Amino acid sequence: MARSLKKGIFVSVKLVKKINALNNTKKKQVIKTWSRASTITPDFVGHTIAVHNGKNFVPVFITENMVGHKLGEFSLTRVYRGHAGHRKDARGKK
Amino acid sequence: MARIAGIDLPKNKRGEIGLTYIYGIGLTTARKILDNTGIEYGKRVSSWTDEEVARLRQEIEHYKIEGVLRSEVQMNIKRLMDIGCYRGIRHRRGLPCRGQRTRTNARTRKGRKKTVAGKKKAVK
Repeated sequence: MARSLKKGIFVSVKLVKKINALNNTKKKQVIKTWSRASTITPDFVGHTIAVHNGKNFVPVFITENMVGHKLGEFSLTRVYRGHAGHRKDARGKK
Repeated sequence: MARIAGIDLPKNKRGEIGLTYIYGIGLTTARKILDNTGIEYGKRVSSWTDEEVARLRQEIEHYKIEGVLRSEVQMNIKRLMDIGCYRGIRHRRGLPCRGQRTRTNARTRKGRKKTVAGKKKAVK
C-alpha cells in the first residue's frame, strides 16, 4: 500500500540536513548513510551518496531519473556469483 | 471485417470480447468504449455497421493502445535498467522483480527448466 500523502515522503532528517548543507555551500562530497529507506528527492540530484548494504557503502551517483526511488534500491544486499559448473553464468553481469 | 487500431479483426465474437484482442484494452475498457459509443456488449463484431465501426475508431483514439503502449512499457523497463536499481537489475537478469520466491517456481520469468544434476552429467 502506498504511503499516506499527509505524511509526505520519508527522508532521514540527518540526511536532509547534510544535503542542505552541501547545497548551500555548493560543495560536492560523498555522504555516507545507513538510511536505505530514505526516498530520493530532487535535492539529491548530482550528489554521490554512499549507501550501506549491510557490509559496505556503495557509492550511488544520483541522477534525475532516480527521484522517487529509495536509496536502498541502488545498493544491493545480496551477492550472486553463479553456480559452480555453469560456464556461461551471470558472473560479473551485475 | 472490422479493422480497428491497425491489425485486429476477431470475427464472430461478442463485441466486448472482440475489443479485448487489441493490446491495451481489457474487458473493463472494452465495456467503457461500448457504453460511450452506445453499442450493446453482446453485438457480434461481424454485425457492426460501418458507421458503428467508425464511431468505435474515434472512441478508441482516446486510449493508449498497441504500439504506443508497448513502447511506453518498454521505456519504463529501460529506465529501471538504466538507473541500476534493484528492479532494473532483476529485469536485466530475467528474474521476477516483485519479491517472489525463486528457489522454486518463477518459471515464467526464468524460462524452461534447465536441469542441473551433478557435474558428471553436465560434461556429457
